[in-house]
Amino acid sequence: MALRPVRPRSDLPLAVDPSSRFLGWITALMAFLAALALAGAMLVSDMAQRWDNGLAGGLTVQVAPMPGAPVAPLDERAEAALTVLRSTPGIGSATLLSGGEIARLLEPWLGSGASDPLLPMPRMIDVVADGPVDIAGLRLRLTSAAPGATLDDHAVWLADLRSFAGAIRLAAVGVLLLIGAAAVMTVVFAVRTGLAIHRPVVELLHLMGATDCYVSRQFERHVVSLSLRGGGIGLLLAGGTMYGLHRASQGLRASLLPDLALEPWQWVVLLLVPAALALLALATARWTVLRTLESMP
Amino acid sequence: MIRFENVGLRYGTEAEVLRDISFTLQPGSFHFLTGASGAGKSSLLKLMYLAHRPSRGLVTLFGRDMAMVTRRDLPELRRQIGVVFQDFALLDHLSALDNVALPLRMAGTPEADVVAHCSEILRWVGLGNHLHAKPSTLSGGQKQRVAIARSVINRPRLLLADEPTGNVDDGIGMRLLYLFEELYKLGTTVVIATHNEALIRRFDHPRLHLDNGRLMVVPSRGSRANEGRAQDARANDARWE
Repeated sequence: MALRPVRPRSDLPLAVDPSSRFLGWITALMAFLAALALAGAMLVSDMAQRWDNGLAGGLTVQVAPMPGAPVAPLDERAEAALTVLRSTPGIGSATLLSGGEIARLLEPWLGSGASDPLLPMPRMIDVVADGPVDIAGLRLRLTSAAPGATLDDHAVWLADLRSFAGAIRLAAVGVLLLIGAAAVMTVVFAVRTGLAIHRPVVELLHLMGATDCYVSRQFERHVVSLSLRGGGIGLLLAGGTMYGLHRASQGLRASLLPDLALEPWQWVVLLLVPAALALLALATARWTVLRTLESMP
Repeated sequence: MIRFENVGLRYGTEAEVLRDISFTLQPGSFHFLTGASGAGKSSLLKLMYLAHRPSRGLVTLFGRDMAMVTRRDLPELRRQIGVVFQDFALLDHLSALDNVALPLRMAGTPEADVVAHCSEILRWVGLGNHLHAKPSTLSGGQKQRVAIARSVINRPRLLLADEPTGNVDDGIGMRLLYLFEELYKLGTTVVIATHNEALIRRFDHPRLHLDNGRLMVVPSRGSRANEGRAQDARANDARWE
């Protein structure tokens, strides 16, 4: 089955070319892959942004039990750490987590045994910064006032996340560039085939006074029409795939995967995929035709 | 309108198919281009409708030296030339109307005008009932008339026809030549390549006769008679002097 251009009349019978049979469907496939790559990149960016927002500005202080060490009791050291934190510029709030809250956090790993009072549990302090904090200075003061206290500013996590999101975005850009290159090569091949098949008609049009641009417009209309239709089909397939993945991700019990739903503006970006492919096809067709016709009398 | 001076044409490294062609066509003239098959009629026409450039010599068209014309200038010049090709050269996937409309659409004529003008000219050549017929459904004579309508739709200054009567019977051939005669009377410069002597004899127009690549200009019978009468008068005057 071949995708037919919408415009019925063309001076060149391009619609019956063998190249027309595959150009539309190849464009559909490329639009499908491009839309998925773009959607994947946007979803990963969103996920990284959400994690970034959740972790940025948040600090965690852990005061570990030190049985047998010549240090103050655990609760006294936790209070000392709280005092240091509340007196530090840039710290908005510092809250000591209760034993129950800590047990809930550890439950996925330790099960119901996490709430066993005999288990030596650290004291955790959730800290929210509302301004720039001197992390190195704070870390020194904490270890001095509360031995066994460690400060986690999530910098390593955030750096890893940002690096991961950047790599995904880079990969998506690479995929889009490859798809663009494939689209260009496909259009060049289809147009050159069309020019070779219809050379006598092109020569006739020239003899009747057609300019190269007039001939080029015939090809441009043809490939844009096929690209828009193929791109639309590819986008529909990608949309269906995204919806299916979204539904499947909702069924997962653990929230290991982020929500795979796109924002409205992101759908608008995906709608631009067929338009971008059509624009690329138009520019490629024009360049190919004009360059080839230059060698004709 | 057209001036050839010592023009030669060869294809590749072959011998010249046209040799030392020199002639001038005045605006509004009518010429038959005659000669045996292979004499070079089609090649000469191709030089006139700018499908080829000469291998040597000077070709001037509409006052412009073709050696100085760039590829970019060709469409503008070609739009002033109407051509009826020997094999009609109609586009099979287009209707008769769309075939005739090609020169107008190339010139950017508004679509409403295109349809109106093409319908009118197709009615003029007797194909009013075949506006939307595809060439494959038309007879040889009807195709020929579509080709003629296409060649004159944008009112060309020069009309060239290559064996326009070659694929039709004598009756239709005569009607086609009368059609060209009408266009000539409207001011179009006409050159018709043909080897149909019977048809040519019914019209009194000068001939460009090609013989083995060389051209000879044969004046019309009327001008020959006038020329003869002038010679008699000059001889008579001399006798009395």
